[in-house]
Amino acid sequence: MSKDVIMPQMGESLAEGTITKWLKKVGDKIERDEPLFEISTDKVDAEIPAPASGTLSEIVAAEGVTVPVNAVVARIAGEGEGAPAAAAPKAEPAKPEAPAKPAPAPAPQAKAEARPAAVATREPETPRPSTPKGDGQTKLEKPYGQYPVEEMRRVRSSPVVRKIAAEHGVDITEVAGHGISGRVTKQDILNHIETAPAPAPGTAPAPAAKPAPAMAPPPVMPAGAPMPMGGLFVPDLRIPPYVEGEPVEIEPMTIMRKKIAEHMVYSMSVSAHVTSFFDVDFEAVARQRTSMKHDMEEKGIKLTFMPFVVRAVVEGLKKYPYLNAAVMGDKIVFKKEINVGIAVALEDGKGLIVPVIRNADEKNLQGLARAINDLGERARTKKLMPDDVLRGTFSITNPGVFGGLMGTPIINQPQVAILGVGAIEKRPVVVNDAIAIRHRAYLSLSYDHRLVDGAMAEMFMASVKQFIEAGNVQ
Amino acid sequence: MSSRRLETSFLGRVSYDEGLRLQEARVAAVQAGTASDALYLLEHDPVLTLGRSAHRENIVASSADLSRLGIQVFECGRGGDVTYHGPGQLVGYPIMNLSPDRKDVWKYVRGLEEALMLSLAEYGIEAGRFERLTGVWVGQEKIAAIGVRVSRWVTSHGFALNVTTNLDHFRTIIPCGIRSYGVTSMARLIDTPPSLEEMGRLVAVHYARVFDREVVWMEEREPAGRPA
Repeated sequence: MSKDVIMPQMGESLAEGTITKWLKKVGDKIERDEPLFEISTDKVDAEIPAPASGTLSEIVAAEGVTVPVNAVVARIAGEGEGAPAAAAPKAEPAKPEAPAKPAPAPAPQAKAEARPAAVATREPETPRPSTPKGDGQTKLEKPYGQYPVEEMRRVRSSPVVRKIAAEHGVDITEVAGHGISGRVTKQDILNHIETAPAPAPGTAPAPAAKPAPAMAPPPVMPAGAPMPMGGLFVPDLRIPPYVEGEPVEIEPMTIMRKKIAEHMVYSMSVSAHVTSFFDVDFEAVARQRTSMKHDMEEKGIKLTFMPFVVRAVVEGLKKYPYLNAAVMGDKIVFKKEINVGIAVALEDGKGLIVPVIRNADEKNLQGLARAINDLGERARTKKLMPDDVLRGTFSITNPGVFGGLMGTPIINQPQVAILGVGAIEKRPVVVNDAIAIRHRAYLSLSYDHRLVDGAMAEMFMASVKQFIEAGNVQ
Repeated sequence: MSSRRLETSFLGRVSYDEGLRLQEARVAAVQAGTASDALYLLEHDPVLTLGRSAHRENIVASSADLSRLGIQVFECGRGGDVTYHGPGQLVGYPIMNLSPDRKDVWKYVRGLEEALMLSLAEYGIEAGRFERLTGVWVGQEKIAAIGVRVSRWVTSHGFALNVTTNLDHFRTIIPCGIRSYGVTSMARLIDTPPSLEEMGRLVAVHYARVFDREVVWMEEREPAGRPA
């Protein structure tokens, strides 16, 4: 009888682990509890003991492979009479992948421990205090432990704040905290004292400190309080995703899904998004493409409109380096390289990835076309290397693939601008006071108004438009 | 129920390999059940350490530069990529058994961050978390790095908090493989940073609070007072 060795759950929110080292070879005799392999999850390496004695008969997951929790990574044949899985912390009746219909999942306010195993990979979000983070850059994650809101405010306020509160007879739990973990900062308490001399009924600014399970009141920004950088916070999911008895099916997000979700919400919270639209004539480029298409095909290159757009973007970025930059606190980081990322949807429509053309300014049209073919193909077939998605300085996305006219893309952090290319199609337009049929498309540019003002965005877009409309792209 | 003992010591300057030996011995003892949890607080000679998942190319300085700066390079078994340790940086090695009630490495790392954030807050430094990047950040600059190893639920390695660290030394590497963001230190953020020992004692107090341990100081000297 053989015993499966599984990827242990090293923490309830960890959905996967990477095998970094096998300490035993196939055929080796092993004792139960002897170190068998090493895994690595975010910043943590762990040594995993064998769950049973016997002979290592098969290694299913090789070194370097990342597998979900509870996936079988090896098998032990053997002597031992199926010892209990000592290696698996939390020997839950684990349903590895495909979660069968989970038991009616708990409402969001349910205690973390009470969650059924099948939804274990969902972020076990304990209700967080209804507070924003102190400044837009430091992102608040869930606090350790499960302190009630009031306690968090009281216990974790600094001595200075407690002293001021005591002097003014203020109950700290009544003050909306904008510090880390909902801590009441000195500014909070001073504002509170200043703005709430007489607690007028009905206009009380401080959210009552009851563990309200329903919509928490949005944090009140006291008048005159400095708006935190970014000015936004990521609220908890306060509206339950479904009501009791509603027929639903719950499945865990893939890692990619989670990362996209986080990245997008983070971007919206940190950047001041503005989108401008330009109507661009692609007629010259369409003709050039038609004339070159055949030659390129013979070289094994599929020529799309994208390399033309990238060339135009590169020229624009050279003229307006503010769009090829990043924000670091109160500093501007100008990127010396022009590395253009292009969003590629995965074939099943579930997920996307943004491979990067490094030093796009050093490539001509043909070089770009080849690079785009290559990266696109490897993205769709999941053969990208980690390096292929790093160090982008500007991104392009394609809301027009299925006919979309235009989009308002979300900036790919830490970049400050992203170009959306709508459907390129023939349209009747006025040219020299006559109606003509031309290839046209709407280009949209979302940019971070912290760094890029409207005028600069417009100048950049005008440059892109001009480049494309001039045609004869090299 | 009384809290478990956390035998805490401030060791001053310790070489990196001596620190490793110290940890190994204690991990074995804690695993064997012959010693209680421990927290070693110390600072290292200048050294670059490569975690298990490290990429050599994240060391950007030449070996000539490194030896000129007196920086050694070590490979070790913790998680994470390249890290710099050196004088002025408070290094903490908690050797703690997460069994039976804290068997969650993700929460453990979050707890480490929490203890450091609470300690920094006492000096008026609003530190927090940043994106999904482990560590403690002030804005977009990292002030404390974290890399942990767990062996049979006993932790080793831990955190490195820049108090008065020479930040120029970080230019020899891409810290933790993260290119886009910088590093900072307490000295850069406040006028009068604490001594390493003072900061170590403060971190120990918050660590013990977060993890519900009782700090037991392992030397005869009276602990330095906490800042007002």
